[in-house]
Amino acid sequence: MSRKLTFVVLSALVVGSLLLAACQPQTVTVTVVQTAPPVKETIVITPTPAPAAEVVYPRNETLYTSGKQWGPPTSWNPLQTGAYAMGVIGLCYETLFLFDPLKGEYIPWLAESGKFVSDLVYEVKLRDGIQWQDGKPLTAADVVYTFELGKLPGVYYAGLWNWMEKVEAVDDLTVRFTFKEVRYQSWYNLLYSVAIVPKHVWEGRSDEENVNGPNLPPMGSGAYMYETHSEERMVWKRNDNWWATKLLGRSVAPKYIVDLVNPSNNVALGRFLKGEVDLSNNFLPGIATLVEGGYPVKTWYDDAPYMLSANTAFLFMNTTKKPMDDPDFRKAMAYAVNVDEIVTKVYGNIVQKADPTGLLPTWAQYVDKAVVDELGFSYNPDQAKRILDQAGYKDVDGDGFREAPDGSKIELKIMVPFGWTDWMESIRVVASSAQAVGINLQPDFPDFGGYWDQLTGGTFDMAINNFGSQMSDTPYTFYSWLFRSPIEASMPNGNFGRYDNPEVFALVDELDKTPKEKMAAVISKIQRIQLTDMPAVPLWYNGLWAQWQDAYWTGWPSAAEGASKYLPCTWNGYWNMTAILMLTELKPAQQ
Amino acid sequence: MVRYLGRKIFIYLLTFFVAVTIDWLIPRFMPGDPIGMLLSRIGSRPEAFKYLYTYYVQAFQLDVPLWQQYVNFWKGLFQGDLGVSIWMYPQPVMTIIRRAIPYDIFLLLPAILLSWFAGNHVGALAARIRWLDNTILPLGYLLTATPYMWLALVLVWFLGNQTNLFPIAGAYSPQYRPHLSLTFILDVLHHWFLPFLSLFLVMFGGWAIGMRNMIIYELESDYSRYLEALGTPQYLIRRYAFRNAMLPQITGLALQLGGIVAGAVATEVVFAYPGIGYIILNAVQNKDYFLVQGCFLFIILGVLIANFLIDLVYVLVDPRTRLGMTGE
Repeated sequence: MSRKLTFVVLSALVVGSLLLAACQPQTVTVTVVQTAPPVKETIVITPTPAPAAEVVYPRNETLYTSGKQWGPPTSWNPLQTGAYAMGVIGLCYETLFLFDPLKGEYIPWLAESGKFVSDLVYEVKLRDGIQWQDGKPLTAADVVYTFELGKLPGVYYAGLWNWMEKVEAVDDLTVRFTFKEVRYQSWYNLLYSVAIVPKHVWEGRSDEENVNGPNLPPMGSGAYMYETHSEERMVWKRNDNWWATKLLGRSVAPKYIVDLVNPSNNVALGRFLKGEVDLSNNFLPGIATLVEGGYPVKTWYDDAPYMLSANTAFLFMNTTKKPMDDPDFRKAMAYAVNVDEIVTKVYGNIVQKADPTGLLPTWAQYVDKAVVDELGFSYNPDQAKRILDQAGYKDVDGDGFREAPDGSKIELKIMVPFGWTDWMESIRVVASSAQAVGINLQPDFPDFGGYWDQLTGGTFDMAINNFGSQMSDTPYTFYSWLFRSPIEASMPNGNFGRYDNPEVFALVDELDKTPKEKMAAVISKIQRIQLTDMPAVPLWYNGLWAQWQDAYWTGWPSAAEGASKYLPCTWNGYWNMTAILMLTELKPAQQ
Repeated sequence: MVRYLGRKIFIYLLTFFVAVTIDWLIPRFMPGDPIGMLLSRIGSRPEAFKYLYTYYVQAFQLDVPLWQQYVNFWKGLFQGDLGVSIWMYPQPVMTIIRRAIPYDIFLLLPAILLSWFAGNHVGALAARIRWLDNTILPLGYLLTATPYMWLALVLVWFLGNQTNLFPIAGAYSPQYRPHLSLTFILDVLHHWFLPFLSLFLVMFGGWAIGMRNMIIYELESDYSRYLEALGTPQYLIRRYAFRNAMLPQITGLALQLGGIVAGAVATEVVFAYPGIGYIILNAVQNKDYFLVQGCFLFIILGVLIANFLIDLVYVLVDPRTRLGMTGE
């Protein structure tokens, strides 16, 4: 009996130690024996045109980026805006034009030129000599094919075919678009955001696959080709036959671009500080301290606000609920919120206070100063109290908080997703600001799913959101998000507060049909309504989070004199807003 | 024996059925609409939103009644099909799990076995040697009470950021593509060490304390005193005590091994180590029904199989179990 027991115990130990042996030293020894010879070959990589994929991406030939991917790359389909992996549009697929938001200019890219040849006809001339990465020429047929893809449901520019008549290739390099009705703002927006895809690759596939498939591997006309991807990263390899080198004299220096998936903010910060990442487009709280503290870290400005502004954070109020249905109440909120405290204490000055219209600095020309002077607001708790008093919101039961004019209690919540730490701190400030003027407002942190359900389903009281206010070529994108219509059961695309005003909806629609030079008048009318009714309060501009270091690559853009002025940003939709030009300016650092 | 086993197997099957049903139910009780979240992440433009919404709801078969979804789930399960992940659409859940499990085994198996081995021996020694007891006991309590997360963060901060000795995240450096070479293997081990160390230390504390207490208990028990009174040599008494003290430790080990497929959520999240634990967190955050279900299915299986094996091993290791079985 006892011998048996000893045996069992001993064998358990033996099995254990065998397992140990199996998983540690053995692997090392075996592999050492097997792979000793090839090691030298793989480490000392010489630029031989080896067909096999390379296994090491040398640090000084590779640009490491982070900030776009919050999950493993799963799509390389340029039709899936937002979902596609870092750089699919911009590095791999390209657009007819680029847009420079800082100058407000369209830059011909695949197109050599484009203009309205008559009221309803727009003509694009392509550059002669552009090649796909497989060597075939890029022609007008590809452009026609790409725009006709929009006839399929589920393609993001499907709306185009409500007002476009036809698109045809006049010759190999000329494309003619004929409209039923010209929507100038949408059209110019599409000209620099629709990526041209190769007809000869795509036409053989089913519509289903073209719209919803992952499109792996992607094959475009751009400066980088698909190399590989994994859960943790996306790897691009330079296209040495890129057309822009020949036609525009522009080339890209990094042989590889490796974009790292962000597991969390602290890992993103840690990697950046260790020099593992060259360009980080993560929100890194406290980056200002590092810039000032002499770390070798650079940002767009040397000083506050450090970053360019990319979008506007709005305080949305649910106008279908009391008391947020009352414009006076909403206006009082606008006066009550202490945005400066959010800017300085929560963000450490890396964001800026928003203009009362919410328009980004790049759209400053569209702010009607007269309207803002007359109706604009700024932090003024006394004014907020006055408005509330006059509208009949008084503390009747003496609990320190105001009751509605009909005597009912006001108990409100303001929400942001849990874990979005900067926003969480911000709404604490908003809530305490509201409490200071006697509104019982409490912060609430549901997880993102709960947040999104309440926001789109219209069951929330107040919330912060910025999703559709991104920098673009036209304030139309901004207003069509802020005043999204019609009001439906689910509102995932803006106007979360369900502000229902046919007049402003009509103006936004009119704005779409207005050419650039006549926009100011329409926008002024929208701003008057916006500031009178205050459906949502613009609070601050979120930054175009970007920080970089010079150790391996130099030639970064910045506000400094002599530096280039292209956007240092890897987010979707920014490569075609000059970030690709930023890349062509980078040079290897002197080692 | 047959009756004993039959009863056990029946109970295990029943547990499996109930656990899997709960596993299927719980993600569906979470607030939040997975497709809405998927589309909000995709950032689809308004024009395409409705079409895509319907498309994905159909693709994931979320448009059929709940009972039908439940039946489909069991049907798929028996065919080894766990569905398609929403978070990592369009990858099948099986592929994702299969890719992640090796990392868990690679990280946890050495950590569990080494800490068990070292912990038991150091604990047994501590029970006899006073100075060792005075140092190991407080240290062990400190380690075993340390949250994995905290120790991991301290290691990252000190050995990763401050001294730059170890990488802070990932399973290998981003400049490599996985391949067979000494450099790459060393790089993998380099990344493996910190998460391993943080797990090893905490577990080591637990085993050492457990063993030390058990040995002291056994040495104080009647049979030890009787042996002592008979004049049995000390080493023999200790050997008996060690044998008896091992029983609960073996149970503990088996349970730990059963949980290997669950990964180590906190540790893997801190180190961004791509095992099941890391995936579970992301799956839950994204309401990925299918991936959550799949991960927990493996955990259920792991724990049940481990328990079943313990039952079997106990029959062999502990004569009392056998007596209980035949005595009735």
